Amino acid sequence: MPEGNAPSEQVKLSCRNIWKIYGSQPQQFFDGTKGNVGDAPAARGLAQNIRDSEHIVAAANVSFDVHVGEIFVIMGLSGSGKSTVVRCLSRVVEPTAGEILMDGQDLLKVSKSELIEYRRHKMGMVFQNFGLMPHLNVLDNIAFPLEIQGISLKKRREKAREIIDLVGLQGREASFPSQLSGGQQQRVGIARSLAVEPELWFLDEPFSALDPLIRRQMQDEFLRLQRELNKSIVFITHDFLEALRIADRMAIMRDGEVVQIGRPVDLILNPANDYVKDFTNDVPSEMVLTAGDIANASRPLTPEMGHISADISLATLLPYLADNEAGIMVRDGNGNDLGAITARDVVKALATNAPEGAGA
Amino acid sequence: MTDTNKMQPLIWFALAGLSIALFLVAGSVPSLNDFPDAWVLSPTDFMNSMMGGFVSIFGPAFKAMGWLLEWPVRWSQALLEFLPWSVTTAIFVFLGLIGSGWKLGLFAGLSMIYMALIGYWDESMNSLAIVLISVPMAVTTGFIFGVMGFYSNRARKIIVPILDLLQTIPAFAYLLPILILFGFGTTVGLVASILYAFPPMVRNTILGLRAVPEEIIEAGIMSGATPAQLFWKVRLPAAKKQMLLGLNQTTMAALSMVIIAAVIGGTNDIGWEVLNTMRKAQFGESLLAGFVIALIAMSLDRITHAFATKPKEIVRTGPNYWVIAVLVIAALAALSTVFPFLRKWPEALLWNPAPTMNAALEWVVINGREWIEGIKNAAFFFVMLPIKIGLNKAVSPFTWGFELTPTLTLGYVGLVAAGMFWAAVKGRFTLAAIVMLWGVVSYIGLTEMPWIALFAIFVYAAYVTAGRNLAIGTAIGMAFLIIAGVWPESVLSIYLCGVAVLISFSLGTLIGIWASENNTVSSIVRPIMDTLQTMPLFVILIPFVMVFKIGEFTALLAIIAYAIVPAIRYTEHGLRNLPEHVIEAADTIGCTRRQLLFKVKLPLALPAIMLGLNQTIIYGIGMLVITALVGTNGLGQRIYIGLGNGDFGVGMTAGIGMAVIAMVADRMTQAISRRKQEQFGLVQQHI
Ligand SMILES: Nc1ncnc2c1ncn2[C@@H]1O[C@H](COP(=O)(O)OP(=O)(O)OP(=O)(O)O)[C@@H](O)[C@H]1O
Ligand SMILES: [Mg+2]
Repeated sequence: MPEGNAPSEQVKLSCRNIWKIYGSQPQQFFDGTKGNVGDAPAARGLAQNIRDSEHIVAAANVSFDVHVGEIFVIMGLSGSGKSTVVRCLSRVVEPTAGEILMDGQDLLKVSKSELIEYRRHKMGMVFQNFGLMPHLNVLDNIAFPLEIQGISLKKRREKAREIIDLVGLQGREASFPSQLSGGQQQRVGIARSLAVEPELWFLDEPFSALDPLIRRQMQDEFLRLQRELNKSIVFITHDFLEALRIADRMAIMRDGEVVQIGRPVDLILNPANDYVKDFTNDVPSEMVLTAGDIANASRPLTPEMGHISADISLATLLPYLADNEAGIMVRDGNGNDLGAITARDVVKALATNAPEGAGA
Repeated sequence: MTDTNKMQPLIWFALAGLSIALFLVAGSVPSLNDFPDAWVLSPTDFMNSMMGGFVSIFGPAFKAMGWLLEWPVRWSQALLEFLPWSVTTAIFVFLGLIGSGWKLGLFAGLSMIYMALIGYWDESMNSLAIVLISVPMAVTTGFIFGVMGFYSNRARKIIVPILDLLQTIPAFAYLLPILILFGFGTTVGLVASILYAFPPMVRNTILGLRAVPEEIIEAGIMSGATPAQLFWKVRLPAAKKQMLLGLNQTTMAALSMVIIAAVIGGTNDIGWEVLNTMRKAQFGESLLAGFVIALIAMSLDRITHAFATKPKEIVRTGPNYWVIAVLVIAALAALSTVFPFLRKWPEALLWNPAPTMNAALEWVVINGREWIEGIKNAAFFFVMLPIKIGLNKAVSPFTWGFELTPTLTLGYVGLVAAGMFWAAVKGRFTLAAIVMLWGVVSYIGLTEMPWIALFAIFVYAAYVTAGRNLAIGTAIGMAFLIIAGVWPESVLSIYLCGVAVLISFSLGTLIGIWASENNTVSSIVRPIMDTLQTMPLFVILIPFVMVFKIGEFTALLAIIAYAIVPAIRYTEHGLRNLPEHVIEAADTIGCTRRQLLFKVKLPLALPAIMLGLNQTIIYGIGMLVITALVGTNGLGQRIYIGLGNGDFGVGMTAGIGMAVIAMVADRMTQAISRRKQEQFGLVQQHI
C-alpha cells in the first residue's frame, strides 16, 4: 500500500454493469435491462451469446467504485477492454448499457452541454497513444483544454508553463509533437490533462513509453502530486510492480469482464484464479509482505528495540535487520505493539513464500 | 466463380469463332459487319431541341450568373494589368522564397521575367487572372462538399460518383454545355475550370478529415470541445496538410482547364496564343508561348506544393520575410511611378527568337526528312495500320513490300495455332483462347471487326473483370454508341487510345521497374515526369507537331508522352513501397535480386501497377480528345466539331461516348486492382 493519506469512504465515481458491444446492432441484446442481466454466470453467458452473433464484446458487465482520493488501477492482457472501460466512464464512447454515477449524478443522463462542462472542469484523461494535436507545439498542446474554455492566450500559456516544469519538459515548449520522442510526447499528454486540475483523472498507460528511470521519477512525482491534490484516479497499467506502488485497489480484467477487485496484496495472497495468479507470480514477496503480516507476538520485546509501523514492506526492513540481530518491534496505526520481527522470521517467511501463514 | 472460370476459355473461343464467322459472311450480309445506317437513331436533333428548350427557359438565369461571374474576373484582370511587372514578379519571388527557399524564388522570378522578355506578359496575366478567381471558388466549393461528404454517409454516396464522373470525362467535353449555357466569354473558362478543379479538393478534404486519428478527436472531446470547436480547432487543423495538397491539385487542374478553354477562342490569353500560332504553323512562337504555360504551371505547382508540405519551424530564425516582402513590393510600386521601365517592360528589351527557331526547325525538317518520314512510315505501316485495319488489308506491296498470299495467311494461322498449342500444353486454356482471339482481331483489324462480335467481346470482358453490373453497364453504353451512330468513331478512338496505352504501359512499366532498382535512373526520370505531369495538355503536342506534322502518328506520340507518366510512377512507387518485412523475409530465405524482383516484388506490386494502368488509360483518353486538334478522326474530332459549330447534340453525343469508354476502362482496371489487393490483404486509402 502506498504511504500518504488514505482514500475517504465517499464514492466519487461508480459504474454499474457497463457493457460495450461493437458490431452491427449492439443494442438488440439489452432492451431496457440497463445492463443488469443477473449474476456473473448469467452475464458471462450473455457475453458468449453476443460473441456468437458476430459482435465484439469490449466490456462486459463491469462494475466498480472509485472513492475520493483513491487510486484505482485496472490491469489485464492486451485487448481485455481496459481502454474501453475508461472511455466509457468518460463517455468518450457511449456505453451500450449500464450506469455511471459521478458524485451521485447519472452521467449517462446529463445533457450534452452539462457533459461538456464536466469535461472542461472535472475530468482529465491521458491517452494511451497520447492524442496530441499535431498542429500545436508543446506549450499550446498543454494549453489546449484552456483554449477550448476560452481562456486568454496569455493566461493559458502562463498556466501551461507552470505545468511544463512539473513533467520536466522545460526548453521544449516550441517543439511540435512529431519532433518529440515517445516518452516526451507522453509527458505532454500528462501535462495537458493536468492543465484543468481535474477532480477525476483517467490515465491510460501513462508511463508506458518512458524508460525505467524516468518512469520511476514520474511515479514518485505522481504519488507526490496525489498526496497534495487528492484526486480520484483510474489508472491503467501493464506493470504489476507499478500497480503495487501506486494502487489503493485494483481490478483485473479478462475478455471484457472484471475477474477480481481488491487491494494488490489481496490479489497476491488470494488470487481468484490462475489468470490473476499469472499477473502476480513475478512479484517478489519482500515487496508485498509487510511487517504487520509476519510480526511474531510470541517473541520477547526488549526496551532497546527500535519500532516501525505495520505497513512497512519487508524489502524496506531488510537492511535494518541485517545490522540488528535482536530484531524490531512492530506497531499498528493506533500505537499497539503487534509483536517483533527478527532477520530469521523474514528469511523464514520468504523461504516458504508463506503468505498463508503470514496473515495470522 | 469456379463455374465461370471453367466456362471462360470456351466463351473466349466462341467469341473468336463468332468474329470469324461474321467476318466471312459479311460479304453477303453487310449489316453483320457494319451497323446499318438505316437503324441509326441519332439523338443529336433530340438533344439539340432539349437543350434549346432548356436554354430558352433557364438561359437568362445562366446568362445572369455568367454576367455576375465575369466581374471578379474582370477585376482580377484589371488588377494584374495595372500592377507593374516588377511588382508582380517580386510577389512571385517572395512566394517562392517563403514557401521553399531562394531556389524556388529565383525560379519563379526568372519565369516571370521570361514572360515579359518574350512579350507575352499581358496574355499570361490574363490567364493567371482567371486562375486567381477560379481557384478560390473551386477550393470553397470543394471544401463545402468535402465536409458534407465527411459528415454524412448519404451525401458521400451521392458526391463520390459525381466526382468519378467529372474526373473520367475528358476536360474537353465540359466546354460545350457550358458554352451553350453561358455564351461566349471568359466565363466559360472560369466555370469549366471550377467544375474541373473542385473534385480533387473534395477528395482531399474527405481524406484528410477521415485520417485524423480517433485519439486526437477523443482528446478534443475530453478537453470539453463543443462540436463546432471540435471541427475548427481539432479536425480542420489536423487535416490541414492533406487539404493543402488538395489546393495544389486544384490549382493545377484549374490552370490546365483555363488553357484548354482557349479553344473556344475570343480571349486574349496565353492558351489562345499557343493554339493560334500552332494553327498557323508558327512553331517557334507556339513553342515560346507553350513554354510560358509550362513555367506558370511549374511555378504554381512548386509554390503551392511548398506551402502544403512546409515543415513547422521550431523557432522562427532569421528575418521575417513577410515584412521584407511587403517593404520591397511597396518600394518597387513607388519606384515604378518614377521609372517607367519598372512598370512596363521596355520595348527595346523584348527578345524574339521565334524566327530563328522557325528557320532552324525548317532546316531540321528538310534535312532530316528521310529519317522523319522513315520513322513515321515504319510505325504507321507496321504497327498502327495492322491494328487498325488488320493484317488482311495492311499487308500490301505498297506498305509491306509483298502481297498477303494464301500461303502466308496459312502460315499466320499456323503461328497462332502454335501459340495456342503451347498455352494449352501448359494447361492454360484461357490464355490459349485469348491467343486465338488476338490472332483473329489482328487479322481482321479493330475498325473492321463486325460490330456484333466487338460488342460481345467488350461486354464479356467487362463481365470477367468486374462482374455482372459492369457488364450490363457496358452493354447499355455500347448500345448507345451503336444506335447513336458514333460506333465507327468510337472504335477509331478505342484503336488509337488502345495502341497508345499498350505502348505507354509496357514501356512505362519497364522504366518503372528499372527506376525502382536503380536510384540514378529514378533521379533522372522523376523531374521529367514532374514536368510532363504539370504541363497543360496542349503544350505536349507542340514538339511532336513541329517535327511530324499533323496526323495519327503525332497524336500517338503525344498520347504516349503524357500517358506513360502514371505507368512509370505507379510501378516505381508500388515496387519501392512494399512492406519491409516481406522483403527482409525473402532476403533471409536467400532470394537473388532477380528472384526477389520477379517472385516477390512484382507480384506484390501488381495492384499498384494495375492502378497505374488505370491512370494510364484515363490520361490517354484525356490526351486523345486534345489530339483532335492535330487531325485525328474519332470521337475527339466530333467533340471539336460540336464545339466549333456550337452544335450541342453532335458534341454531346461524342462526349458521352468518350465518357462511356473512359468509365468502362476505368471500372475494369480498378476492379482488377482491387481484386489483387484483397487477395494480398493490402488496404489502400482511397476515396
Ligand atoms: N472501435 C472499435 N471497433 C471494434 N472493436 C473495438 C473498437 N475499439 C476496441 N475494440 C475491441 O475491443 C476490445 C478491447 O479493446 P481495448 O482497447 O479496450 O483493449 P485494452 O485492454 O485497452 O488493450 P491494450 O492493453 O492493448 O491497450 C479489443 O478486442 C478491441 O479489438
Ligand atoms: Mg488500451
